[in-house]
Amino acid sequence: MKRAVITVVGKDCVGIIARTCTYLAENRINILDISQTIVKEFFNMMMIVDVTDIDKDFLVLANELEALGQDIGVSVKIQREDIFDMMHRI
Amino acid sequence: MINPSEVMETNRMITDSKLDVRTITLGISLLSCIDSDLKTCCDKIYDKITALAGKLVETGEAIEKEYKIPIVNKRISVTPIALIGGACCKKPEDFVEIAKTLDRAAKKVGVNFLGGYSALVSKGMTEADRNLILSIPEALKSTEVVCSSVNVGSTKTGINMDAVRLLGQVIKKTAEETKGDSCIGCAKLVVFCNAPDDNPFMAGAFHGVTEADAVINVGVSGPGVVKTALEAVRGESFEILCETIKKTAFKITRVGQLVAKEASEMLGVPFGIVDLSLAPTPAVGDSVADILKEIGLEQPGAPGTTAALAILNDQVKKGGVMASSYVGGLSGAFIPVSEDRGMIEAVEKGALTIEKLEAMTCVCSVGLDMIAVPGDTSETTISGIIADEMAIGMINQKTTAVRLIPVIGKKVGDNVEFGGLLGYAPIMPVNSFDCSTFINREGRIPAPIHSFKN
Repeated sequence: MKRAVITVVGKDCVGIIARTCTYLAENRINILDISQTIVKEFFNMMMIVDVTDIDKDFLVLANELEALGQDIGVSVKIQREDIFDMMHRI
Repeated sequence: MINPSEVMETNRMITDSKLDVRTITLGISLLSCIDSDLKTCCDKIYDKITALAGKLVETGEAIEKEYKIPIVNKRISVTPIALIGGACCKKPEDFVEIAKTLDRAAKKVGVNFLGGYSALVSKGMTEADRNLILSIPEALKSTEVVCSSVNVGSTKTGINMDAVRLLGQVIKKTAEETKGDSCIGCAKLVVFCNAPDDNPFMAGAFHGVTEADAVINVGVSGPGVVKTALEAVRGESFEILCETIKKTAFKITRVGQLVAKEASEMLGVPFGIVDLSLAPTPAVGDSVADILKEIGLEQPGAPGTTAALAILNDQVKKGGVMASSYVGGLSGAFIPVSEDRGMIEAVEKGALTIEKLEAMTCVCSVGLDMIAVPGDTSETTISGIIADEMAIGMINQKTTAVRLIPVIGKKVGDNVEFGGLLGYAPIMPVNSFDCSTFINREGRIPAPIHSFKN
């Protein structure tokens, strides 16, 4: 399984999770784990997703998610999970 | 599974503490390009570099996007050109033609520096070595991205003082040739003792003859990350200080290892080494000097600086070695003056002198780096400074280097601006007592004794 981490950070508003998840569903990306908090109206979400079955190139996905974030008014970032595994697991 | 605090920690390192991979350097052997005809040799060099490195920049950018980690530089190192051009270059001007070819190839593939316009003369100079060294001023003047280095000594062979003397002249001439451009030529010229074959960092990178046809070497960075980690342990014991540096270095190096492996797979080129160096940039928060201050010094240069740097350097290595399967290159904390805002400030405040910097190089890579000195500094004085630094490397079995910039027309108190990653530097005073009788002796310093260590 190829996993990636999506982080969404920005000012809270209606539909952040809905729009992000709709995009993921449309692109056959399964969500494995979600954690989300709001600190002083600041929205903070982290998702671990399965990108094994994606049709699109990972870089295209990264660009589209970034554009989606701009559209919503938050920052959406997708990173391959390896960078976190490498850094925090021996 | 990864938890949110780990994700946040990594991303904070990247966004707030300027964690980056400083360079992916593709080492290319040019031994297959040797030819007795200069034009054929140049054509072969151009073709080989553009064929192998054609996708280097693109690959680097793809990795940046996949992991959201900046990879600041994509670079190339090649076999020392004195070896490649020996068969076809009969005079220094011939070598300049190869330099121009390297410049064209590097620009074609989009890398920002290409290293390896080099000669290895630690024991003696061939005619080709001498011609290459003599061609350096013109080569660095007529190219933009080519970097040059000369290895003039080693622990095994001693120091070639004829080369040291010649390089004093060459550095001065390079400064003269590029005086219209802040003497920038000298910022692209390094003199080494014990130069490593697999160094990914410029300006001293070259692809050693013991290396494979092509190899990926990665230089990590991250002084800002170490500084931030140390902020949390202010006033704690040396044990905790050292543990914190070690853990941070481990994390930084793991990223380097990941990027190196990924780049190697994507390019189909074997992975060579990760260079565990803390490399500063002129940006705020990306400074090795700031780490020294965080360890407890008012300014770098204060008593205790050498000890603090020794701790830092050693702990970075201890943490880094476990994080990567192959470690190499220079692997040490860099203390360039012009490329580190904190170092510049220390010089401006009078805390840091060339003599103290020299002492600091005894415990860390990589030597007297990016130091601007008055334009009227004599050739023999420059050679004297080089000889001192080479002696430190030779006796202590470590790499040392000198990258001095005699800034023509400027004196102590003036500043010089190089721009970009090279930063700016205040002109530092140089001991003005004469050493020409010493430098003008001919021959070499014999190899040191390898026992009776004290």
